[in-house]
Amino acid sequence: MDAFFVPTIDIDRLGLDEGGLLLVRRALAQLAVGERLHLRGCAPDWDLHLTAWCRQQGHEIEVHRLADGPLEAVILRGPWAQDRWRGALESGTSQLAKDEMPAQIADAAWGLAARGATVEAGSPAIGFNLRHRDEIWAATAGDLYRQAAAAQWDPQTAIDWDAPFDLDPEIEAAIAQVMTYLIENENAALVVPARHLGQVHPHFREVQQALALQCADEARHIEVFTRRLGLRGHRPMLSTAGGQASLHTLMQAPDFSSATFLLSVLGEGSFINLLNFLHEHAPDPVTRQICRLAARDEARHVAFAMAHLEHRLTAQPEFLTRLQNAVEQRHEELASSAGLNEEVFDALVLLAAGALTPEAIAMGHGAVQRLKLDMAAGRKARLLRLGFDAVQAQRLADMHTRNFM
Amino acid sequence: MTQPTLIMGAVAYAPKVVTIWEGFKAWFAQQGFAFDYILYSNYEAQVEAQFDGTLHVAWNSPLAWVRADRMARSRGQSVQAVAMRNTDCNLRSVIVVRSDSPLQSAADLRGKTLGVGAIDSPQATLLPLHHLRLAGLIGGQDFTVRRFDVLAGKHGDHIGGERDAALALLAGEVDACCMIDGNHLGFGLDGTLPAGSTRIIERTAPYDHCNFTTSPDAPQDLIDRFVELLMSMKYDDPQVRPLLELEGLKKWKPGRVDFYPDLAQAVDEEGFYSADGRILRADYRY
Repeated sequence: MDAFFVPTIDIDRLGLDEGGLLLVRRALAQLAVGERLHLRGCAPDWDLHLTAWCRQQGHEIEVHRLADGPLEAVILRGPWAQDRWRGALESGTSQLAKDEMPAQIADAAWGLAARGATVEAGSPAIGFNLRHRDEIWAATAGDLYRQAAAAQWDPQTAIDWDAPFDLDPEIEAAIAQVMTYLIENENAALVVPARHLGQVHPHFREVQQALALQCADEARHIEVFTRRLGLRGHRPMLSTAGGQASLHTLMQAPDFSSATFLLSVLGEGSFINLLNFLHEHAPDPVTRQICRLAARDEARHVAFAMAHLEHRLTAQPEFLTRLQNAVEQRHEELASSAGLNEEVFDALVLLAAGALTPEAIAMGHGAVQRLKLDMAAGRKARLLRLGFDAVQAQRLADMHTRNFM
Repeated sequence: MTQPTLIMGAVAYAPKVVTIWEGFKAWFAQQGFAFDYILYSNYEAQVEAQFDGTLHVAWNSPLAWVRADRMARSRGQSVQAVAMRNTDCNLRSVIVVRSDSPLQSAADLRGKTLGVGAIDSPQATLLPLHHLRLAGLIGGQDFTVRRFDVLAGKHGDHIGGERDAALALLAGEVDACCMIDGNHLGFGLDGTLPAGSTRIIERTAPYDHCNFTTSPDAPQDLIDRFVELLMSMKYDDPQVRPLLELEGLKKWKPGRVDFYPDLAQAVDEEGFYSADGRILRADYRY
């Protein structure tokens, strides 16, 4: 600083307890440690307050009366504000450039700070378990988050809940059973990413955001399926032990990648087929609308899961074996369970049939069989894309739970 | 052979006191220095423990320093103030009125009611009363003293008495009240006393606050190492900084005692302690 320049501020009538400290702090921040700031003011007792504040902040201060009458304070800037930031941590890049990736390992001491913030040394190390990039990253996570944010829909207005329809009680009961089943599965689809979401280091912001909206999607699906279930006065119907056992295994997956693989690549991928089936065959406009919207959301979840697994397998090709083991282990665990319950299967047949005549049922049964083939074909295609060979892809696709999710 | 442990006394005026001294204990241990502490509920018991061999050193209020010094002198012994916080130096207390009050100076308090802090608060009771006595006004004689006794025995470390007095001022229950200068700023910043709602009519002379007081016959080598380690604590050390912030300082300074005489005089004027450190006030409950 120019030796002849004397930094001086005048806070005039502004009291230090009225915001004056802001001006003092900003003026001091412009000075190097050991430099002096001259300060004048005319608010009552500003000098007393300033002296008390400087004592607390560790700045030396002298107050004297100028020849022309008013008081002037001279503050010698202390080192403490600067000392606080010695050894501070840099926490990466806030906005990633195209193809840029976040840190390989997020420092636990970055904690909850915004990515890119300067983090004070000594900040608490926060135990986010998912802080290794390859365990969670997806190159398109940011894009998928933005798509999801733009595609959020309001259940109240997006669905024409007052659309007129009148169904045979048997058909309405089938709808209620399918909705009961869908809600149960969406509960799992909400809980599984939610359990991981709280473990993701905030450095991986795009992943955190994508998972948060995935949870929001599932919460909305649970709402609309529940509303449709009760739209004509039905109560929820049957939930089987086998169905819940199948979903429970998703919650027991040993790591984020395996859980994402089982839930989204195989389960939600199959669910897109199911929702499209219901969109095509549902007997009422409300069910068709909600299944169309839900399928659109599920497609994003599958896209995120595929992007993540493609990243992980690029970084760790050997992880393919872990994915194979995850399918085989789940298959073993569920070998003795019943799979899709008969009530849900029959309800799907009935919805596709539209009537209880033998001819209609035959047609409905055929449609459900085609649905299952479509699901298996979709699973195989995704497995091939992840790098499984054709034989393995077919075998693993066929080992997927008969409960669909 | 077991390393000798320095035993320090501190008063538990708030729950954070445990956090502070546990942190210091751990830090001292890392420096290879055996340190432990004993917490007291009041300064009187702590000072007395400095004379029965329990404590080597005590983190004393200024009033506790005055008492320890008197007790030591009366026994032909001495105590030393070996360290203090940078924030313990050159404090002032203020006497505050509502901004619309006709009171302009100490003389105007004649016949009025002054709200003070706890009976044993140097900053909010003893020193302001001393200041007014210098101006010719004696509390209880020339004006009414209304005490806001919060946690007596803790020598005003608890801010509650000053806050209660300030609220009573705003409510019109007292004509003026006393507080430390930093609390007047703090009460303005936190809204307890909205900016512009009060006016300062008197400022006391500068005085010092807490210090580490050695006990008579404390092992000098332990005290020297203790002080040496205190002085080595750096605010830019992220492990040390939280401890310093909890205790309210930026750095430790060598102790000094030349800013306590006003308080010693106030103690005599208010008949708080005798010349040999006995407690004289019958209405002092702790």
